[in-house]
Amino acid sequence: MIRSVPRSRLFDALYLSYLLAFFLYLALPLLVTAVFAFNDSPFPSLPWQGFTLDWYLADGTDGRTGLFHDDGLLSALWVSTKIAFWVTLVSVGLGCVNAVLFERVEFRGKELLYLLMLLPLVIPGVILGVSILVFYSGMANDVSRLWGIELDLFRPGLTLVVMGQVTFITTLATLVIAARLRKFDRQLEEAALNLGATPLVAWFTVTLPWLLPSILGAAAMAFLMSFENFNTTVMLTGSDTPLTVALFNRLREGSTPVLNAVALFLMLVSALLALFTLRQKS
Amino acid sequence: MNSSVSRFSLWLLLAPFLLWIVLLVLVPHLQMLRVSFQVRESWDTLAWGLEQYQNFFSESYYWRTFVRTGVMSLFTTFLTLLIAFPIAWYIARLARGNSKGILFLACLIPFWASELVRTYGWMILLRESGLFSSWLQALGWVDGPVEMLYNDVAVIIGLVYNGLLFMVVPLVTTLDGMDESLVEAGYDLGGGHGTVLREVVIPWAMPGIVSGCIVVFMLTLGSYLTPILMGGKDSAWFTQQIFTQFITRFNWEQGAALGVLLLVLSSLLVWLGLKLTGQSLRKVMG
Repeated sequence: MIRSVPRSRLFDALYLSYLLAFFLYLALPLLVTAVFAFNDSPFPSLPWQGFTLDWYLADGTDGRTGLFHDDGLLSALWVSTKIAFWVTLVSVGLGCVNAVLFERVEFRGKELLYLLMLLPLVIPGVILGVSILVFYSGMANDVSRLWGIELDLFRPGLTLVVMGQVTFITTLATLVIAARLRKFDRQLEEAALNLGATPLVAWFTVTLPWLLPSILGAAAMAFLMSFENFNTTVMLTGSDTPLTVALFNRLREGSTPVLNAVALFLMLVSALLALFTLRQKS
Repeated sequence: MNSSVSRFSLWLLLAPFLLWIVLLVLVPHLQMLRVSFQVRESWDTLAWGLEQYQNFFSESYYWRTFVRTGVMSLFTTFLTLLIAFPIAWYIARLARGNSKGILFLACLIPFWASELVRTYGWMILLRESGLFSSWLQALGWVDGPVEMLYNDVAVIIGLVYNGLLFMVVPLVTTLDGMDESLVEAGYDLGGGHGTVLREVVIPWAMPGIVSGCIVVFMLTLGSYLTPILMGGKDSAWFTQQIFTQFITRFNWEQGAALGVLLLVLSSLLVWLGLKLTGQSLRKVMG
């Protein structure tokens, strides 16, 4: 079944229709979500009532509140952005240091630590959230009960959400950056050292520019993963609800085309981020 | 910076890693394990005991959901592999030039949307007032609205959809590196399609298969949105019970025990998968 082995026409036709069906399966849910963001009807379902931008722009005067006037969703969007910003910063920073640690330095017990580094990938997201909740929030409870000191930082809220997401996103960032560092030609760095650069200067002028595409790629990935995360986030969130949790709560009350409008908006943002990383790569 | 790095800079590099892994992974999980062995006697006194685990085994609802979640996750993983393999094969071996890159990118498109959005899309398609139901009525194949959501098939459709990317990417990567002369040799030596697939292609693709299966299995086992939004009354998922204990009942001890059990199940199955296929975590994930 490789190109050099002859195939029958029937086989080819079947294979192509399978491919077609597969990509239809991939595209359909997203396509309908996007299309119904513009349907002039209070429910995201057929029949098609005509095109409208109400689900983005309506200001609530005629019983419809569009995304850009929906304070609940807008503040949730802002909360998610803040979380994603901190998660990206911390996990990419950690990822860079970890990549250097595992690719450049030899030390005892490295193999074991590498396995520990991979560990968050084989722990379900829910459990990551639960364990951080139990430890930090439990600690805050105990400290408050025993000594009357309030550690609000460790109560469910933004800090805990950031901590929970950093747990597994750091592993992914490390893998992305380490993969690029592995392909780096060490002679370039040695040349810089021979030409009189200090190790620090060589690092910033030679190695870091080489790593930059992978750092930007890891940052885009971290941002998206954080923005889209639900399982870890929902265990740790406090009064400030991030977007995915807010959307989930809305969805349980019943679906409206505003949800489609948010979904399409998110898809566009992700697509832009993806295009940006692809341009960086090429 | 060569291998003769001084002790000081080694510790400087190790410190962030250790802080992360100890404070965010090891200590919280050990604490979760500890809490799962606690029994609340009154509001501020705790004793040690196995009560939470006894509850799990005596309450059939818990362990039935546990077994169901495990079995359905394995089935979903297997189904995802079956669906993804021909696609990955086409992208890696049969597609030419530009179409290769385009098809690969097309596989990534659904993941521009979060799990919530993807699930929502399926709800719009499958529910009683949904598109499939409307289309079937318009074609005259059914008389009234049909409910296709809220059953196990819907859950599996959604779960497979969520996992596909994580199966296709590692498969394409390993199949891409395969030497075609191996396959030709297989055919030249008289092997049929089945034999070549079994003796040449699958052994070669094993690291990709295992890596994809592990990720998809973990995602499926730990998923919450898809089973809760697309499943019916009887299709409970184990994560749901953990959420219930923590969020609605505030029973952390029971929740922690259920969390430990889920973690044991996932680690055990991942370990078993690696052992049976002779792969190592480092090789398939790193």
